[in-house]
Amino acid sequence: MITLSHYLALGAILFCFSVVGIFLNRKNVIILLMSIELMLLSVNMNFVAFSRFLGDGAGQIFVFFILTVAAAEAAIGLAILVVLFRNRQTINVGDLDELKG
Amino acid sequence: MNNLHVATPEIFLLVAVCTVLVVDLFQTDKRRVVTYWLSQATLVITLALCFGQLGDEPVTAFNGAYTMDSMSATLKCWILGIALLGFLYSRDYIGERDIQNGEYYVLGLFGVGGMMIMVSANNMLSIYLGLELLALSLYAMVALYRTSSRAAEAAMKYFVLGALASGMLLYGMSMVYGATGSLDLATINNIIASAVEGGSDSDESVYRSLGARFGLTFIIVGVAFKLGAVPFHMWLPDVYEGAPTSVTLYIATAPKIAAFAMVIRLLVDALPTLHSDWQQMLAILAALSLIVGNLVAIAQSNIKRMLAYSTISHVGFLLLGIVAGTAEGYSAAMFYAVTYAFTTLAAFGVLLAISANGYEADELVSLSGLARRKPLLAMVMMLSLISLAGVPPLVGFYAKLSVLKAVIGADFLWLAVVGVIMSVIGAFYYLRAIKLMYFDEPIADTVEVSETVGTDTTKDNEAIVTSAPSLSGPIAVRGDVGLGLAINGAAVILFGIFPGLIMAACIRAFT
Repeated sequence: MITLSHYLALGAILFCFSVVGIFLNRKNVIILLMSIELMLLSVNMNFVAFSRFLGDGAGQIFVFFILTVAAAEAAIGLAILVVLFRNRQTINVGDLDELKG
Repeated sequence: MNNLHVATPEIFLLVAVCTVLVVDLFQTDKRRVVTYWLSQATLVITLALCFGQLGDEPVTAFNGAYTMDSMSATLKCWILGIALLGFLYSRDYIGERDIQNGEYYVLGLFGVGGMMIMVSANNMLSIYLGLELLALSLYAMVALYRTSSRAAEAAMKYFVLGALASGMLLYGMSMVYGATGSLDLATINNIIASAVEGGSDSDESVYRSLGARFGLTFIIVGVAFKLGAVPFHMWLPDVYEGAPTSVTLYIATAPKIAAFAMVIRLLVDALPTLHSDWQQMLAILAALSLIVGNLVAIAQSNIKRMLAYSTISHVGFLLLGIVAGTAEGYSAAMFYAVTYAFTTLAAFGVLLAISANGYEADELVSLSGLARRKPLLAMVMMLSLISLAGVPPLVGFYAKLSVLKAVIGADFLWLAVVGVIMSVIGAFYYLRAIKLMYFDEPIADTVEVSETVGTDTTKDNEAIVTSAPSLSGPIAVRGDVGLGLAINGAAVILFGIFPGLIMAACIRAFT
């Protein structure tokens, strides 16, 4: 029997993966964008599970909005990535060190 | 549906932005005169619509997802006024650079729409949507300076950390939703209040209050990221420095007001019963922000970076008012957010005015001898910096005083002591900039100046060699920009002497 807590655990694990992916990744900016998407999806998992458990539709409506915003966010993230690559010829996370102090 | 009219300002603004976007397509003029004036007209009309709502009875619309109360009406007026002056200051700066002109105004207006929605949101969904509308516009605005590799890097850092913050906030919201079964802030408040009252009597109330506390932690992290409170501040200095100064001005001013409103909506409207939990967390964030912000700002030679750390310390002060947890504290924090926004606006407005003619005024030394080059700019900059330092009779003093009074009233004496000590330390870097403006020679006349300031000598000399001619002569300021800056500087004095003019509205918002 799969219960609410299984879904919540899955959501939490995905969320942890994405946070770890953002902080530990030192190679490629695209992996950061993927981690961000994963983070939003883990939240979606939570919302859908709660929504089904509580018998309340609002959570699933929220998921639709998150999916839409995630698409817009991915578009802007990739656009910034293109600008970055044109200026630097690299998308290595370690090379993003011009600003510091 | 019957309360649709309360959202008139937002509806008008969003329709008008779409019009501006289309009109902009048909323009060939590089400086986009029509787009600029249409944007300003949009802001003026929206401001008039919001002004008409001041003093109305609180109403909700869209099934409670949107509210118009005293706080939202007041803050919207300030946000619009600040955006208006911000566009005025930015106009020449972006006109001279390789920045997409029309898009700057359109994205700026969309950002204003996002802020207005955040301020008026009464439902976790509308808070999230307003926040994202603002954040996505800001990411794109930072990246608009396409030929600058620093701007691209700043945009990428801002995007990744901003998205991380949104993710944290959302995770917290999903937990609160799971604990209460509702997205509506008032309903969440009711359910959690009864669950906390129920204590450990029933499994359900334990489960509800535990889930809400778990979610609260993530919400605080998300909110702290957006505000730029230590230890979630790492994006702020990089973004301030890397973004074009006009965009830094935009990020540094109105969004802080919107973020304040978001904190009030989430913590005070939805989770007041967990006050003792979030009070502890915010107290630590506030103390760290005050300490780190003021100490690190002293070491900065880049003025945008210095103002970024100054922002962090002011976020600490703003949080002090919320930590107090009383109506008095909330109105003090609201006063702080509003006055901080228009004081910083003046400082960045002066930086934009100096940056004219293609010269980028982002090192501290570029302020040298400003009093001789253009007394008006030096005067406005001085007023703004002294006010940020908290010297009476300027508005920053009263803001700090009321926040400290509230926090002492809530028995957080140690926080007040940290605040006072740190603002004394902070006064040093503000006064250093004033000394540069009034007592030093313009940098092109004295090469040695870089050593007296103690910054990297070779770098400064380079700057002097490449742009020597325009650095010591008088600065030409357009009439309307000069007038805007003069009004802005006058406001810093006026509201310092008569703080009641703003404070009355802030007190009304929380009674």
